[in-house]
Amino acid sequence: MAEIATNLETPAPWSNGADGCGANDGRYSTGQAPLAELRRAPVIENNRGLGWLTDKLTAFTEGKTPRWWWMLFLPAAFFATMVLPAMLIYQISTGIGVWGNNHPVMWGWDIINFVWWVGVAHAGTLISAMLFLTRQHWRTTIGRMAEAMTVFSVMMAGLYPAIHIGRAWFAWFMFPVPTYEGMWPQFRSPLMWDVFAVNTYLMVSTMFWYMGLIPDIALLRDRSKTRVRKFLYSLFALGWTGSARQWHHFEKAYVVLAGLCTLLVFTVSSIVGLDFATSQLAGWHATIFPLYFVVGAVYCGFGMVLVLLIPLRKLCHLEDIITPRHLDRICKLTLLSSLCIAYIYLMEYYIAWYGGNPYERWVFGHRLLGHTYWFGGWIMLGVNFLTAQLLWFKRIRQNLKLVFIIAVLINIGMWFERFTIIVGSLYQDFLPANWGFYKQTWVDVGTYLGTLGAFFMMYLLFIRFLPMIPVAEVKSVLPEGNPHHPLGGAKGGKS
Amino acid sequence: MSAKTYGLIAEFDTPAAILEAAGKVRDAGYHRWDVFTPFPIHGLDKVMGFKNSLVGWFALLFGGGAFVATMGLIWYCNAFDYPLIVGGKPMFSPPMSFVPSYIMLVLGGAVGAFVGMITLNQLPRLHNPLFAKARFALVSRDKFFLVIGANDPKFSETETFRLLEEIGGTHIELVEDED
Repeated sequence: MAEIATNLETPAPWSNGADGCGANDGRYSTGQAPLAELRRAPVIENNRGLGWLTDKLTAFTEGKTPRWWWMLFLPAAFFATMVLPAMLIYQISTGIGVWGNNHPVMWGWDIINFVWWVGVAHAGTLISAMLFLTRQHWRTTIGRMAEAMTVFSVMMAGLYPAIHIGRAWFAWFMFPVPTYEGMWPQFRSPLMWDVFAVNTYLMVSTMFWYMGLIPDIALLRDRSKTRVRKFLYSLFALGWTGSARQWHHFEKAYVVLAGLCTLLVFTVSSIVGLDFATSQLAGWHATIFPLYFVVGAVYCGFGMVLVLLIPLRKLCHLEDIITPRHLDRICKLTLLSSLCIAYIYLMEYYIAWYGGNPYERWVFGHRLLGHTYWFGGWIMLGVNFLTAQLLWFKRIRQNLKLVFIIAVLINIGMWFERFTIIVGSLYQDFLPANWGFYKQTWVDVGTYLGTLGAFFMMYLLFIRFLPMIPVAEVKSVLPEGNPHHPLGGAKGGKS
Repeated sequence: MSAKTYGLIAEFDTPAAILEAAGKVRDAGYHRWDVFTPFPIHGLDKVMGFKNSLVGWFALLFGGGAFVATMGLIWYCNAFDYPLIVGGKPMFSPPMSFVPSYIMLVLGGAVGAFVGMITLNQLPRLHNPLFAKARFALVSRDKFFLVIGANDPKFSETETFRLLEEIGGTHIELVEDED
């Protein structure tokens, strides 16, 4: 076995190369090794053992807090715990007037940021749920980090509608609870559907995330050295032992949850899109909107995944685990979604012209050539479409610094897409007498910075106290975890 | 505090070894035994003869229930208790109530899957006699354990010990539970 372990250049008949895929399905049991080109690269580099991997993946939660963590955490915590509450208290106690929202631009940064945060969430679900269902083993290493991103950004998204209603203390009117006036919510409104969708999204993605965490929390419990850690991890591990029966039910539940999460990838942003599409406003009233928002959300989210993964991989020394190949694949998915969004932009403009509606033509013309917000349209087209095209080149995809910059630009570009859609459509509606102007205030900016701070604060706490790589899941896709692979102890041939 | 025997635990090093051992324990005619691994091992379900997990049914029941309940809620709210005319449309129609009901189906299904997993695994379980074994902490790391319960009709401290030894188990120990 020792020579097999070191000599992976010539895979033996029983192995499916250095693949690390689940069980040997017998494809190569005829005694022929697969061609070198057909062999998949290992999920984890350098054929590490299970014990090494466990130590490595839990090291960050158990080691000393590094200085960079504090340097990132303190500013994030300042914005989350000082700026955000201050802005919320000021806005709720004074009124919506402290924001830039005004007639005719009734939706401003609040809804822009709501849509942006919901969008960021979507790629996390896509990576963790859809790629799980399609059995993409490389997704195991980044799935947890993507899921955490989803959970925290949905929290941030959910904040905005609650405060944007103006009198936030009446937010409970949105839920179908009996009130003294005997009034009920109006279930025909997509805004009402939004309440259901965002809350469901938060709950389902949290459950999916937590359930995946249970075995790994049990791992931390088994490894913990102090009483406090032992107590807390024991509590959240729920007494998990990793028995075959537990895994049996766990795996089934995980598949079901992944399937349901996949539905949410398409549902939540569709409903957000319907908020716009069901209005009569030129620029919003289009059947493409649900799809538009789903694609935009996924695209923006891939950008955020790259923004989080590239520095964390370096800072937490996970180069062997999150290999350049994994990032390369995310880059390719980003590229794919940028092409989808480009198609939708094109279709939107085409329909605006072909539809023959003068108001719609006016709005779309002014997105690029208007007198006030023309820059939004150019940023939207230029950044979202053109910048991502750089990812066609392998040399650019391998230059992680450049990829990081592109990913940040994608996030900014997608923010401006929402700005263009919302403000660009609202400020000039059907009657010139109604035309107006929109400018954000410092409260708008402060609230947004506060949510960014809260997001990063929670994310940093997550990577510090919970395993950011799903340890059990990674082990199960390694050759060492495969009972039919020599590295997993199989004695040659098919067992 | 008296202690009673809970079972015998044996340790294995690789997934292949535990899979083979599980097959041999099954062939020896034991019924009350379980395997503990750091991650799910392919093929173990078949060896241990598990049937399809009921989690899917939990999800279906919760999800379907939530769908029907939300439809009912919308009918009750907008058509029965406080009839609401919006755009001259019918008070209640399936298409208009589909979206929230569908969303609740997803939520119900997810809750069902989670609750099903927790219930079928009898979690949360904060006491487990196996936790008393120091080596059992390695179960989440890189060791694989096989436990044969003392409540198995074939269980005998000497015979079962010998079997575990024969199939390659190391660190075989007696697990005791508080009475």
